[in-house]
Amino acid sequence: VTSAITKNPEAMKTEGRRNNDYSDRAKSERRLGWMLAGPAFIIMLAVTLYPILQAFFDSLYAFRLTAPDEREFVFIQNYVTILSDPVWWRDLLVTLLITVVTVAVELVLGFALALVMHRALKAVRGWLRTAILVPYGIITVVSAYAWFYAFDISSGYVNSWFDWVPGIDQDLNWFAQASTALPVIMASEIWKTTPFISLLLLAGLAQVPDELTEAAKVDGATWWEQMRKVIIPNMKAAIMVAVLFRALDAFRIFDNVFIMTNGQYGTEVLSLLAYRTSISRLEIGLGSAVSVLLFACVLLISFIAIKVFKVDLAGSTGGKR
Amino acid sequence: MPGNRRINQQRKRIRKRPGAIAVTSLGLASLLLTGCGPAESGTPTLTWYINPDAGGQAAIAELCTEEADGEYRIETSLLPNDAAAQREQLARRLAANDTSLDIMSIDPPFVPELATFLAPVPEDIAQSTTENTLEGALAGAKYEDKLVTVPFWANTQILWYRESVAEEAGLDMSQPVTWDQLMEVAAAQDVELGVQGSQAESMTVWINSLIESAGGTILENPEAPADEIELGLASDAGREAARIIGTIGDQGLGGPGLATSTEATSLTEFQGESGSFMVNYPFVWPATQGAVEGGSVDQAVLDDIGWALYPRVSEDEDSAPPLGGINLGVGASSDNPELAYQAVECIVQPENQTEYFLTNGNPPSSSEAYEDPRIEEQFPMAETIRESLENAAPRPQTPFYNEISSGLQQTWTPPEGVEPETTPEESADFITAVLRGERLL
Repeated sequence: VTSAITKNPEAMKTEGRRNNDYSDRAKSERRLGWMLAGPAFIIMLAVTLYPILQAFFDSLYAFRLTAPDEREFVFIQNYVTILSDPVWWRDLLVTLLITVVTVAVELVLGFALALVMHRALKAVRGWLRTAILVPYGIITVVSAYAWFYAFDISSGYVNSWFDWVPGIDQDLNWFAQASTALPVIMASEIWKTTPFISLLLLAGLAQVPDELTEAAKVDGATWWEQMRKVIIPNMKAAIMVAVLFRALDAFRIFDNVFIMTNGQYGTEVLSLLAYRTSISRLEIGLGSAVSVLLFACVLLISFIAIKVFKVDLAGSTGGKR
Repeated sequence: MPGNRRINQQRKRIRKRPGAIAVTSLGLASLLLTGCGPAESGTPTLTWYINPDAGGQAAIAELCTEEADGEYRIETSLLPNDAAAQREQLARRLAANDTSLDIMSIDPPFVPELATFLAPVPEDIAQSTTENTLEGALAGAKYEDKLVTVPFWANTQILWYRESVAEEAGLDMSQPVTWDQLMEVAAAQDVELGVQGSQAESMTVWINSLIESAGGTILENPEAPADEIELGLASDAGREAARIIGTIGDQGLGGPGLATSTEATSLTEFQGESGSFMVNYPFVWPATQGAVEGGSVDQAVLDDIGWALYPRVSEDEDSAPPLGGINLGVGASSDNPELAYQAVECIVQPENQTEYFLTNGNPPSSSEAYEDPRIEEQFPMAETIRESLENAAPRPQTPFYNEISSGLQQTWTPPEGVEPETTPEESADFITAVLRGERLL
């Protein structure tokens, strides 16, 4: 993943410049490329672009699925309603909190796991990777139920196993307030997706040339210095890809919250708000507006991340500084 | 083996002709897409969208198919597990004019919202299917005073109690009891009341019954459009309901799990050491019997269980217990609405209702169906259920039920935060703002 991304922008620029002076072979290759990728491209347009445009169109109407005759054009009224409502801002805050905390913790844990996998003896490496990947292989709904039942006050075991921890006792109802429910939701999210981030980081680690670390060792660098001055700077691109992917993923969190609290007591996230408005309330107009805003947030995150990402990219490939 | 050889030959033939594979798979795909196998020609198939049960509705479908003798065939199609998801699927299909929605199992509170998409009930069917219907169940099948669905089975909550606890408290359970009495006992004996305080539909069920029992009503003008709806929450009845819920929450009378308790979790607590009184549906009985057979609950617990009518709010006024169950509707876009109503008439026959109660534990909506002696034997509380269904009050009957219910759930939970002076008013303001499109829910 990393090498493709690191090389692509430069390659694309050159291609663009020489658009007219392709050799026949290059032209036919390009045509073949389009023929191979074209159908997929058209399908992608049909299944993603069309719904996005439809959602934007619907978001300008007051439209309830069960009252199709009362559909009315309201222009940006839905957006005004949403953005002036404390529920939207509360949900945005909860979503951001979950995103920041989970990605930060996952990055640290994932890096540690990647190091372990990277350094492990060949004999145990396969086993180790499989073991680390198990949580990622579990369906999110299933893992959400597992965590829910573990912490649930009537069927859970966490309260009786950990009642020696200050603050935890038999009567602690984890899902009755956001201050205890959100940490459980985040822990489950972290448990489930750390393997993903560690895999991406492992790919990055494998790309750091051994000569560099060996040279650093010869120069007498300590383990921490090797990490800080050689390994991490050389895998910045991998780290940024991992962070971007996970941040986008975490921002769209749905399953864990839906199963564990269904958004009650201040644990609602934006995806759940969009779901409840469009699907439960059948308010297609308002719900579409929530979805469009959610999409805008995701775009914004990508935009910021890619901007930051580009700077790091130049740094890691030894280009502009 | 000759069979193997034939398969191999076929494989070879297919390998030679890639076109054949494409044609076959296209054919298969179109079969899958239309969902059709070889159909019995001539006999119209009616699809009945059922809520998940223990197989009772499928059995009735078979029975009625046999009885129809070739006139129609009923096929069942399963809806999602919980009532809210069932409503979502039905609403989406109905709004898209899905012609496969011949017969639908609908939860009563969603009837008004879906009513515009339902085929009108023919006079004669309305007459024949509601002759002996219990009052509460009949009210739940109507919208704007007209029968829009046919009552099938009816659910209600009754008061389940541990006889040992009632005895120690000196409560005479043959007489109606009030919420205040129950709260006193729970506080004095340090036991837990089984109520549902989770931010879910069960909360609306509780609030509605309390307000109706106190002589009030949540929705003053059921026929009004969304922006003119008036709520009766900020009333004496509303404040009384808030006082009861708030007190149970504040004093911890519902146990530490109150804020997330549902029907299933309160049953578990009720079967445990701190169980005392619980408002819940009749499934409690077969579920506890099953738990005793499975060994997770002692026989002594089952022997200790008693039942009575839903608790009163004030001493001298009957309680208005919750109403649930399933009504049958026929889709307006159905290809065979007349046949569908014939099938509905067959499905809701009192004998079928009796059988359904005995096999699946879902109480009949027809009083006639309770007369079978086997019912009394298997469900000793059947008489209490029947009586409860006579007094039961439906939840607000409006197309905007979902908004009202979700609004109540968000403002009346957690129970310890409910204040009689502020909660009813705040919730009314919030819900009316949502209905006017000024707030998100």
